[in-house]
Amino acid sequence: MMVLRQIAAAFISLRRNILRSLLTMLGIVIGVAVVITMMEIGAGASQSIKSSIANMGTNVMMIWPSAVKTAGISSGSGGTVTLTEEDCTAIAAECRSVQAVTPSLSRRGIQAIAGNRNWTPFVVYSGNEDYFKVQSWGTPASGRYFTKREVDVAACVCVIGQTVKEELFPGQEPVGQDLRLNSVLFRVIGVLPRKGANMMGMDQDDTVIVPWKTMRNRLSRSGGSATGSSGNSSSTTSSTSDVYPESSTTIYPERDSVQAQNYPLPVRFNNVNQITVSAKTPEQVADAMEQITQVLRRRHNIPEDGENDFSIRDMSEMLKTMTATSGLMTTLLLIVAMLSLVVGGVGIMNIMLVSVTERTREIGLRMAVGARGSRILAQFLTESVLLCLLGGLVGIGVGRCASLVIAHVLKWPVSVSAGAILISAGVSAFIGVAFGFYPAWRASRLNPIDALRHE
Amino acid sequence: MPATPNTLIELRGLRKTYRLGDVDVPVLKGISMTIHEGTLMALMGPSGGGKSTLMNILGFLDVPTGGQYLLDGRDVTTLSANARADLRNARIGFVFQNFNLLARTSALKNVLMPLEYARNRKSAKEERAWAESLLERVGLADRMEHQPSQMSGGQQQRVAIARALVNRPKILFADEPTGNLDSKTSEEVLRMFQELNEQEGITIVLVTHSPEVGAFAKEACHIKDGLVVGGAYDERALS
Repeated sequence: MMVLRQIAAAFISLRRNILRSLLTMLGIVIGVAVVITMMEIGAGASQSIKSSIANMGTNVMMIWPSAVKTAGISSGSGGTVTLTEEDCTAIAAECRSVQAVTPSLSRRGIQAIAGNRNWTPFVVYSGNEDYFKVQSWGTPASGRYFTKREVDVAACVCVIGQTVKEELFPGQEPVGQDLRLNSVLFRVIGVLPRKGANMMGMDQDDTVIVPWKTMRNRLSRSGGSATGSSGNSSSTTSSTSDVYPESSTTIYPERDSVQAQNYPLPVRFNNVNQITVSAKTPEQVADAMEQITQVLRRRHNIPEDGENDFSIRDMSEMLKTMTATSGLMTTLLLIVAMLSLVVGGVGIMNIMLVSVTERTREIGLRMAVGARGSRILAQFLTESVLLCLLGGLVGIGVGRCASLVIAHVLKWPVSVSAGAILISAGVSAFIGVAFGFYPAWRASRLNPIDALRHE
Repeated sequence: MPATPNTLIELRGLRKTYRLGDVDVPVLKGISMTIHEGTLMALMGPSGGGKSTLMNILGFLDVPTGGQYLLDGRDVTTLSANARADLRNARIGFVFQNFNLLARTSALKNVLMPLEYARNRKSAKEERAWAESLLERVGLADRMEHQPSQMSGGQQQRVAIARALVNRPKILFADEPTGNLDSKTSEEVLRMFQELNEQEGITIVLVTHSPEVGAFAKEACHIKDGLVVGGAYDERALS
C-alpha cells in the first residue's frame, strides 16, 4: 500500500516535468535498446553460424587416406589411395552411429555449356546416391537426385545448383535439358534447393553434382588423382557414342589370370580419394569415428601397433571455434552496450542532481511538514528507479523494433534473447538505484530551513 | 480563552549562535517566554532581531545552541532529526510568507501532501474528504482542482492554511503570512487565523514586523537583538 502510494507519488512528480523526464529516460532508452539490439544480433549471428555449420553438416566426418611410408619414404598426406568403395559399403553396413556414407570427389575448373551459354561452376562435386543425405541437401527444388543404378552405370546425369541454373538456364526449367561438362554431355535430372553461401563465403549453389563413378571415369581425364599410385586403371575417356549407357558398363578391365599371378596383391581399382560420412546426430560423431576406425583398420589389415593409413576429421572443432568466436563477439558488443548504459546512468544522475537543486524548496517544504530524511531519500530513489525502469521498458521495445528493422533491411539474422531482456531490465533498475542514490542522499541531507529559503 | 490557560510551550534561556567563519554570531541571547494553549500570539520586532530564528526553533526546524525548550512539559531541546520530523508532522502546521505550494499541483493535492508522511494514514477516500472539507473551510470549495499559478496570492495562502491544518496540529506557526499580500487579502487571511483560533482552539504564533498584523493577535511578544524586550497584553493597551 505504502509502496504503491510512493510509486504513484513518484509518477506524479515525474509527470509534472514530463519533458525533462522523457529526455532523461532517453539515455536509458538508448542504452537498453543498444543492449537488446546488440545481444539479438549477436545471438542471431552465433545461431546462424551454428546453423550454417549444421547445414554444412556438423555431423559430417571426412575420411582421407593418410601418409604412408614406403621404404622409409613418407608419401605425405593423401599420397596414396587406400580407401575403396568397399570401405564405404562396409562403413555403412557395420557402423551403428553412421547415417550415410558417400565417396566424394570434386574437381574445379570444369566448364559447363548449355545451348549458347557457358559457365564454370565453382566446384563439381560427385558422390553416390547418399551424397545428398550426407551433405544435408534436403529435397530437390525440382526433378530428382540420382539413383544407385545411375551411380553404378556411371550415367551422365547431373544435379545442378541454383546459381548454375540461373547462369545456364535463365527463366527455363532445366530438368530434362542437356548440358555439357567439358565435352561430355549430361542430362540435368534435378535442381538443388538454394543453400546460399557457406561460412567461408563460398557460394554453395554454384555447383554441379554428378555420380562419382561418372566423375572418375568420364570427367577425369587422368582418371583423377583417385587412381594415384595404383593408377593404370583404364581412364575411360568420354565418347559421344556411349553417353547414356544402357547397361552396367565394366569400368575397369577384368584382370586376367596372368595379371593375377603377376600382382598377387589385389589392386584397388575402386579406390576413392575421400569418403564423407554423416553421423546420425552431431552428438554421435565421436562414436561414429570410433566405429569407422575399427572397421577400416580391420579392412586394411593394420596390425595392432600399426598406424592408421587414413585419417578422420570432423567439424566439431570448427563448430566449437566458431561458437566461441561469436560468443566473444557477443560479449564484446555487450560490453560496449553496457558502457552506453553507464553513460545513460550518468545522465540520470546529472538530471536527478539538477532536479534536487531545482526542487530544493519542495524538499524543504516536505521536510517542514514532517517528512523524515529517509522518506525524501526514498522518494527521489523511487523516481530515478521508476525513470530507469520505464526507460528500460521502452528501450526493450525500441531495441526489439530496431533489431527487427535491421533483420528486415540488412538481412542480418537476429534472434530474441530473453537473457538480454532480463539483463537490461536488471541493469536499468540497478542504474536507477546506483545513480539515483547520490542525488537522493543529498536531498535527504538538506537542512529544511536553508532548503525553504533556497531561491 | 480558558480561564486558566495551560502552558503549551515554555522557553528557558534559549540561545542560538550561528558560526560565520571564525566568528560566532549570537542570534538568540537567552529567550525565556511562555506560550499558553489557545493563544494567538504575535512575535514582533525589527528584521534581523531573531524572531524567524525563534520561530524555526519553536517549529522544530532548527535546534537551539543552549537553553531549554519544553513542549507540554516535556523537554524537547535535543531531539533527533527524525523525532523532530515526526513532531512537525503531528503537532505543528506552517504557513509561510511565500506560500510554498507545490507548482503544477492542484490545491487539493497540495493540501493532501503532508498526509503522505503521517503516522496513521486513513484511506485515500477519507483523506480526500477531509482535505476537501478544509478547503471549503478556507473558502476555496470551487478552486480544489486549480493549480497555484491559476490562483491569487490570497487564495494561495488559504490553500497553504488548509495544508497546515490537514494533520490537525495543535500549534500553527505563520512566518509573515501577509508579507506578500495586499492589505485587503491580508485582512481576510488574518481574520481566518482569528476564526481558527477562536473556533478550533488552535494555538497560533504569527511572526510579523508590522503593528497592523500584530493588532489581530491576542498577545504580542517583542524580540529585539535576540532578547524579549516587551510582552503580551500591555502592548495592545499601550497602542
